[in-house]
Amino acid sequence: MQTKQMTFPSRWLPYALLAPQVAITLVFFLWPASQALYQSLLRQDAFGLRTTFVGLDNFARLFDDPGYLNAVSATAVFAVGTTLLSMGMALLLAATVNRMLRSRESYTTLLVWPYAIAPAIAGVLWWFIFNPSIGIVPYILEILGYRWNHRTSGSDAMLLVIFAAAWKQISYNFLFFLAGLQSIPQSLIEAAAIDGASPFKRFWTIVFPLLSPTTFFLMVVNVVYAMFDTFGVIHATTQGGPAQATNILVYKVYADGFVGLNLGSSAAQSVILMAIVVVLTVIQFRFIERRVNY
Amino acid sequence: MVENRPWGNLLAHLILIVGVALVIFPVYVAVIASTQGPGEFLRGTLPLLPGGHALENYSAMWQAGLSRVGAPPVGQMLWNSFVMAMAITLGKLSISLLSAFAIVYFRFPFRLVFFWLIFITLMLPVEVRIIPTFQVVADLNMLNSFAGLSIPLIASATATFLFRQFFMTIPEELMEAARVDGAGPLRFFKDILLPLSVTNIAALFVILFIYGWNQYLWPLLITTDPNYYTIVMGIQRMTTAADSDPQWHLIMATVVMAALPPVLVILFMQRLFVKGLTETEK
Amino acid sequence: MASIQLTGLKKTYAGNVEAVKGIDLEIADGEFVVLVGPSGCGKSTLLRMVAGLETITDGTLKIDDRVVNDLEPAERDIAMVFQNYALYPHMTVFGNLAYGLKNRGVKREEIERRVHDAAAMLEIEPFLERKPRKLSGGQRQRVAMGRALVREPSAFLFDEPLSNLDAKLRVQMRVEIKQLQRRLKTTSLYVTHDQLEALTLGDRLVVLNGGSIEQVGTPMEVYEKPASMFVATFIGSPAMNMLPVAYLRERGANGLLDHLAADTDVIGIRPDDLRIEAPDEDHLVVTGTVELFEAAGAESHLYVSLEGSDQPTVIRTSARPPVAEGETMRFHVLPSALHPFNQASGKRTQQGVS
Repeated sequence: MQTKQMTFPSRWLPYALLAPQVAITLVFFLWPASQALYQSLLRQDAFGLRTTFVGLDNFARLFDDPGYLNAVSATAVFAVGTTLLSMGMALLLAATVNRMLRSRESYTTLLVWPYAIAPAIAGVLWWFIFNPSIGIVPYILEILGYRWNHRTSGSDAMLLVIFAAAWKQISYNFLFFLAGLQSIPQSLIEAAAIDGASPFKRFWTIVFPLLSPTTFFLMVVNVVYAMFDTFGVIHATTQGGPAQATNILVYKVYADGFVGLNLGSSAAQSVILMAIVVVLTVIQFRFIERRVNY
Repeated sequence: MVENRPWGNLLAHLILIVGVALVIFPVYVAVIASTQGPGEFLRGTLPLLPGGHALENYSAMWQAGLSRVGAPPVGQMLWNSFVMAMAITLGKLSISLLSAFAIVYFRFPFRLVFFWLIFITLMLPVEVRIIPTFQVVADLNMLNSFAGLSIPLIASATATFLFRQFFMTIPEELMEAARVDGAGPLRFFKDILLPLSVTNIAALFVILFIYGWNQYLWPLLITTDPNYYTIVMGIQRMTTAADSDPQWHLIMATVVMAALPPVLVILFMQRLFVKGLTETEK
Repeated sequence: MASIQLTGLKKTYAGNVEAVKGIDLEIADGEFVVLVGPSGCGKSTLLRMVAGLETITDGTLKIDDRVVNDLEPAERDIAMVFQNYALYPHMTVFGNLAYGLKNRGVKREEIERRVHDAAAMLEIEPFLERKPRKLSGGQRQRVAMGRALVREPSAFLFDEPLSNLDAKLRVQMRVEIKQLQRRLKTTSLYVTHDQLEALTLGDRLVVLNGGSIEQVGTPMEVYEKPASMFVATFIGSPAMNMLPVAYLRERGANGLLDHLAADTDVIGIRPDDLRIEAPDEDHLVVTGTVELFEAAGAESHLYVSLEGSDQPTVIRTSARPPVAEGETMRFHVLPSALHPFNQASGKRTQQGVS
């Protein structure tokens, strides 16, 4: 961590400058996190009258709880589905836009704005077009012979939230893929063309491998997004249902703690989530260091 | 491109048009729905062309809201969202600028400790510490207040790092020249550093404003008084009731109004937005 | 206007790296002193210590008889011109010039007057409303000078101000700086690694090497009587040739070397002092083969390998000397042109030869 070669000589000023950020970090980040750690080791009785220290028992119970394990697998399906769908679409669109000269700007403008839409609103939009009674998509599916109902079918509900979450994230992935594509030297592609590679082959043997730093970076970002930023999508639409089918980990922490008031278990879940964020952040940062060298 | 085959271009445009259509479709449906009268939704499927009730729906929501489900007028929720988003944005920008300035332009004991302290906030999103954070805010009597809506969210590692990185690229001599010219640290910050950071501040402003506007879980947790409802969470209050009393035309009018401000920000400041996005995430 | 006094000035960096090893120097009021030396010799560090941009590890720095060791740069009443100019990119030229005055609380009309005076002097008046990036390199350099000028400080500090300019502009600005300093009579301290710039600009030169002073003197003193082998080879281009005394004795010096101090073992000879034509006075003679002939316009350089020596030797002659490459010929040196040195100490052994 460097500073400038020359620095201002002042003993107290840097602390004063840092004070607001540090105060907020301590009060609203570190203290609550330590409380979560502490509470994860406690259990309250049903009436909230007695609190006992139970060690790691809350964690042990979680891993025995089919509801929690279900949430883990729902999260995995949701995160993988969202990431693949969103990145796949984005890569296709970015690679195509990158061919364009005059229309590149216009297509980009048309594709980036969903970034601005809140996950909760994205959820409501898709919830509406998939509405089993009045939605337009179920109407078409009906004609094709499929009865869509995300109120009763767990897989329909999962698909719905994946669509909503992936839709909002396409613009983000698109912009990063486009930036990545534009940083690939044109001369490499021309060299491959002279070597006789077809456009399709050029993409998979030259462009895609060179894009791999961007792809990897986006994978981590998308997993983080799907795991933590999509609370709104779930809460505004399925609320974890039907039958827990879309109860992802972040939603479960909220539901168990805030609605179910099971503080010990919710705290233990928080701690596990924190561990996951820490791991993902470390991966992201180690990767960034490498990307700089690349 | 190496070669430009006409059919290749045609295919490319086709892919893009379908892609754009898919991206726009949900919003198109929402806009259409927001122009219908209440009766349209009882007939089964939704029409794909605009109806004639736009003005009526929008003004009803703007002024009155859905009182039956306890949602305040949209005008007020938009104002609440705006205040929250601005407070979060300006708060994050100012404390990050100050922190980055301290970290880059001063050498002092425990500098690294502070750096890591700020870094840690990256690893503790509100979603993983919901209940204890709620308790802190409740203990500080900040429930149902703009302070409670914004202050706990304004610590920002990414903004701090972005400014740190930018400050490191400013030539050393500029600060030395300012010192010879009689500028102390605060005057240097105000006269030199801030004006030079304008583009970065603007780019970050776009990103942070959208971040603030789209907050959902946090306002949901700490507001019970409808006077502090923000638009994004207010919509959820409406949809929960919508299944029993489908007011989709009104809900969609609200959705459009909720999405419009941040979308306009992106469309009008696309260049700054792209810069902000690609640089904060580096 | 002020004198500057450096007494035992030292700079030690973390890890006991001594960048400046105890400098004693007195700069008179109105004097133009050039600090010259190779990169890493501590000249810039020394200048920045005077400016107040580097802390002083040890020693005393006085400006106008006032100890300023612990004063901020702004409180030392100095102005500085930086190598990369360090103009504030978001301010107009006027804003750049006025900034230091504003910070000092100078009145509006006074600022206007001083900025316009300085701009007129430097001929940058037409650009006052422009931003620095709209200016050429030479114009930026003038603005940087102007920023120092408007302050009317008691001393100017220059940190290699010309090194970012192309060769032609460099010569032009060199002349202008010299004229400006003559007119204003402001005490000036100027850092450069370019020996020609140092010779042409300074009233006095301070040759630095490895954080210590090698020699202080007027340009002619330093050129004609270099105090050490380092100064002898650093000042003057092409560099001075160095030959062992024994080599000259073997070539039949005939008592022409007798006046040298006993500890002399190396003789320096400037490239112009090895002559093709024999002078009338008693002189030394060496023989060598011309390996390469280099025409440099007004003068020519001969790269010669001397007979019985593996030391490459350079000779500067008139534009069209009567020689050809591969030719073996005699070169003549007057005893007064010899610079005697001691190899072990690196110092000059005897004064008053010329």
